[in-house]
Amino acid sequence: MAAPLIEFRNVSRVYGEGEAEVRALDGVDLRIEAGEFVAVMGPSGSGKSTAMNIIGCLDRPTGGEYQFEGVPVQDLSPDARALLRRHYLGFVFQGFNLLPRTSALENVELPLIYKGVSGPERDARARAALAKVGLQGREGHDPSQLSGGQQQRVAIARALAGSPTVILADEPTGNLDSHRSHEILTLLQELNRDEGITIVMVTHEPDIAAYAKRLVVFTDGKITRDEPSAALAPGLTGAAP
Amino acid sequence: MILEAVRLALRSILRNKLRSFLTILGVVIGVGAVIAMVTVGQGSSQQVSASVQSLGSDMVVLRPGQRGFGPGSGPPARRFTLRDSDALAHLPVVRSVAPTANASATVVFGNANVSTSITGSTEAWAEISNWTFASGRNFSASEARAGAPVCLLGQTVRTKLFGASDPVGQQVRVKAISCTVVGLLGAKGAGSFGQDQDDLIVMPVRLVQRRLNGNDEVNAIQIGIAPGVSTAEAIGQITDLMRDRRRIGMGQDDDFSVTDMKEVASMLNSINSVLSGMLSSVAAVSLLVGGIGIMNIMLVSVTERTREIGIRLAIGATGRQVLTQFLVEAVVLSLFGGLIGIIVGLALAWGAGRFMAIPFAPDPLVVLLAFAFSAVVGVVFGFFPARRAARLDPIEALRHQ
Repeated sequence: MAAPLIEFRNVSRVYGEGEAEVRALDGVDLRIEAGEFVAVMGPSGSGKSTAMNIIGCLDRPTGGEYQFEGVPVQDLSPDARALLRRHYLGFVFQGFNLLPRTSALENVELPLIYKGVSGPERDARARAALAKVGLQGREGHDPSQLSGGQQQRVAIARALAGSPTVILADEPTGNLDSHRSHEILTLLQELNRDEGITIVMVTHEPDIAAYAKRLVVFTDGKITRDEPSAALAPGLTGAAP
Repeated sequence: MILEAVRLALRSILRNKLRSFLTILGVVIGVGAVIAMVTVGQGSSQQVSASVQSLGSDMVVLRPGQRGFGPGSGPPARRFTLRDSDALAHLPVVRSVAPTANASATVVFGNANVSTSITGSTEAWAEISNWTFASGRNFSASEARAGAPVCLLGQTVRTKLFGASDPVGQQVRVKAISCTVVGLLGAKGAGSFGQDQDDLIVMPVRLVQRRLNGNDEVNAIQIGIAPGVSTAEAIGQITDLMRDRRRIGMGQDDDFSVTDMKEVASMLNSINSVLSGMLSSVAAVSLLVGGIGIMNIMLVSVTERTREIGIRLAIGATGRQVLTQFLVEAVVLSLFGGLIGIIVGLALAWGAGRFMAIPFAPDPLVVLLAFAFSAVVGVVFGFFPARRAARLDPIEALRHQ
């Protein structure tokens, strides 16, 4: 059997030493297969953000093993992890994190620049990604000229442009009203269903988590619940939450 | 990737035009000052070597009074006379002699008049001092001997009196003397000290002595050295003869000096290069200051753009790519400074050259060096901020507000 896409084996992440030691993750085992849509929940300080950072290869476990497609990530150099992010991962942040004073198109082109795609091909792929999130005609707009929902869609287009295997979304709707949230989550569901992109999404709200297929809950650095997401799945039936 | 980085750097520089300009001001001033100093220095040394050529080859000047002492010091200077120059002419090491008696007077032609210096000399003068004739002729040996009322005009005097027309054959009045212009000298331009060498009138020495100065003294004797004789040997023989003629005993100091004009010129040249070297190194300090200015702004820029760096790192930029981006930005910035500095420096040198009447001599090598040096400033002072950017922790950077 092929290795799972993402596998945590007894992963720990400890900050500080001695008295000040904080165990953000404490022996976590987790497997995520390709094509899943996983919602990660938990109170602040439960370790869910730390887990996301480790999955995103931005951070490394201090104990245990994290394999991405069978490759142990904790042994990779910072540059190798940068390459892994470049070719397999896309990030969507709560605060959108678009480059200011830079057009939507150029923001979306960013991962392609680092992938070494240039000229007309880069332009075409960036435009295609923007079209996929419904932003054709807004290519030349600066982030400041776009609404929050549109900015988040630019961010998703940016994650998409690099043709990632996994999109990691950290509270993607945290700054959006419920209507915009529904749009973004539906978009993520479509990408998961139609493009086969694995999505791992951190959220605080159960009704947002309900858009995912699987729910993982962290408490005090450990996984306390791991189950199929509430079958209501409103996005799949097209109903607004 | 580098091309991309250059494009990116240009964008971020243009985004903050005023700040970018103030940042590069230090480099502009540094490069500009160095270029201006070096260019002016080279112009003036070019001029010195040109004036050495115009002095004539193998020429020494004999003057009364000790060398290196101002008036009033040393033994009283006894003047030379034409008898001294006649005696010198018989030395085998001497090719020709031109005794000169100087005066200054107002020269009149029609309504125009001009104050100028009068050089009284012999027919050998033009050849020894390397003068050419623009028109007309030199005065002859017999005219010189007889002190005939003839004269040669320098270009400056000619322009003031005659404009562009040919003065040869015209009569000019110098004090009470009415004399015929027989020749027009070719232009020499400015001398080693910036004086106008063409502002003169040349007359037979006896005419100047008798009618203008009223004595039989000569101020100096220009001596052309015979071919194949070293300057040192000639100076030795001239000194011996003069000591003998002036009855200077053993152990007594000379009361005259023999100057090798080329030696003077080379001394001037070395003063020149020491001076411009010193000024250039002062200017180079401002390049250093300019570099620190760039470093400062790049550090601010890295802090300001921490989030951007975080985004780039998360998206898959390697530390090296972030380093390249910031380094290229610093280099592009300082190259801009270098470019503007070169333009400013050359403009300054050109202006100063016009003002001081020295040739404008830009050296492509120096320009190239200044440009390369400003790139080096960018790399050196951009590296530290760029490395700081490259070493940011992406998680921390993304959290930065």
